[in-house]
Amino acid sequence: MLAFKLAVKNLAGAGLRTWLNAFVLSLAYVVIVWHSGLLEGWNRMARHDMIEWDIGGGEIWFEKYDPYDPFSYQDAHAPVPENWTREVQQGRMTPVLLTTASFYPEGRIQSVLIKGIDPAQSVLKLPADSMRTDEEIVPVMIGKRMADSNHLKKGDYITIRWRDRHGTFDAAEVKIAHIFKANVPTIDNGQIWMPIEQLRQWLKMPGEATYLVLGQNEKPASAEGWTYQGHDRLLAEMDKMIRQKSVGGMILYTLMLLLAMLAIFDTQVFSIFRRQKEIGTQMALGMTRTQVIGLFTIEGAMHGVLAAVMAAVYGIPLLSLQAVRGLKMPEGMDDYGVAVAEKIFPVYSAGLIAGTVVLVMLTTTIVSYWPSRKIAKMKPTDAIRGKLQ
Amino acid sequence: MNGHLITISNLFKHFPMGKGHFTALKDISLNFDEGEFTGIVGPSGSGKTTLLNIIGSLDSPSEGSAVVMGQDIATLTLKAAARLRKRHLGFIFQTYNLLPVYNVFENVEFPLLLLRMSAYERKKAVMHALEWVGLGDKTGSRPKQLSGGECQRVAIARAIVKKPAIVLADEPTANLDAANSHHILKTMSTLNRELKTTFIFATHDDKVIQYLKRKITLEDGKVAKDEMTAGS
Repeated sequence: MLAFKLAVKNLAGAGLRTWLNAFVLSLAYVVIVWHSGLLEGWNRMARHDMIEWDIGGGEIWFEKYDPYDPFSYQDAHAPVPENWTREVQQGRMTPVLLTTASFYPEGRIQSVLIKGIDPAQSVLKLPADSMRTDEEIVPVMIGKRMADSNHLKKGDYITIRWRDRHGTFDAAEVKIAHIFKANVPTIDNGQIWMPIEQLRQWLKMPGEATYLVLGQNEKPASAEGWTYQGHDRLLAEMDKMIRQKSVGGMILYTLMLLLAMLAIFDTQVFSIFRRQKEIGTQMALGMTRTQVIGLFTIEGAMHGVLAAVMAAVYGIPLLSLQAVRGLKMPEGMDDYGVAVAEKIFPVYSAGLIAGTVVLVMLTTTIVSYWPSRKIAKMKPTDAIRGKLQ
Repeated sequence: MNGHLITISNLFKHFPMGKGHFTALKDISLNFDEGEFTGIVGPSGSGKTTLLNIIGSLDSPSEGSAVVMGQDIATLTLKAAARLRKRHLGFIFQTYNLLPVYNVFENVEFPLLLLRMSAYERKKAVMHALEWVGLGDKTGSRPKQLSGGECQRVAIARAIVKKPAIVLADEPTANLDAANSHHILKTMSTLNRELKTTFIFATHDDKVIQYLKRKITLEDGKVAKDEMTAGS
């Protein structure tokens, strides 16, 4: 209690110096929380978008379908089981048919994955209804990444060549009816979406699908040869990526923490050398070395408390505003292959804030104690004279 | 205790120097009693401050013994030495050594905080001590706002506020002009008379010497003279 009282007096007496230290430390709090919140917001958005645009409430795969093996696609199709007809008609699940094909942008041949989907579907956020047209030519849609990488634009005609279920080559010209922008690269890069009925005709696979996407909370009856894939499995890759991104985040987190540590450590070391005479006097007046160490440690730790208060004063309004308005991401981040929304809305959890406060305070206490131990080695007679050691 | 407040017997103090050592105090034997107003005088390097530091339990003897208030300095733990200083000893330094971020009141209050006195008792004692040194109206001033003489008077108030048995003053007038030196010495002399506090000075200032009741002269770490003076 005495050390606490004296530390308060010392901090108050140090005036501007105390506030400058607290401000530097408060920056560490705010930046750590902001950066972690931004990453968390990004991760949540990525998961959310993936669910909305690609995997819905889960998928049911035909048993021969292996998304990592394009050669499996040729045999990965079967008629949609009859016991799911009602769900499909009610729009609670939507079939998707896959095939590999080639197309010829600017005179080049390029492999592409053709995905057939019902233009009337509402399970996914994909703007499939843009493929509803009265024109005779087959309408297709592609993602912005695909369009950019192949210099395609809305209204362009492209030739697609495919093989039907019997292995016979065929080709047709299609028109790009729509270019959609999504934050999910897995529905964009190297893919062309078209009406499923048209694809079934081309492939001679009436009523067939490779997989079905379920609406949220849909739990259809099982069917032989079809396997349910939940979010755990479908988001496993993304979760792995998030974990890797979190490691990168930890580096900045650690750097900020180091900055905070350095600010306090520097202040403490400087204090101890500058205040040697004061320490010697305190010892002469009857303070024990332990008390002096305690006093300096508490002084350092109290910088952490002050910084937390200061960070709250300007950090809460700033971060709250950003959480509501979002952070606009720079144009062209997509070009680097980074799946990112135009705006990211940071998410600040109570755990993140409490964890950061505890961690920074713990760190400042430790780095305050560390140089304070030097006092224990100081002879009072030398300290009183302010003799540098 | 053998009746003396401080008993020093055959005390030696060596400091390491190069491969050997330098002997600052050689075979010192002295006694100090309650109410003394004693000066340890001598030229620079004669061992005055070293002797004062040992009496103040800030340092320990290399050989011999120094018993202060019944406690042998040589065998005291760091904690026990701190306790001795906290309860029974007051210090006055040449450069005042006031705590710069505290005001006058807080500086004088500091030793009482260590003694865990109540706020009421602290306030009473601090104001009393400040009245003694004539600084009752400067309680809120910071050390940098005070003159050298005022700073030293604050240091005296801080040394006597807990009513210690012994006050050790190391060159208390070295940084003061003649008027301030006399003012301070008169204050300490009055305190010595009225509170029966033992004052031991380390000094080579003639102004101090004329106030002393006893003068111990050190030369090359040895007691050259130990005499009662006209002041007694």
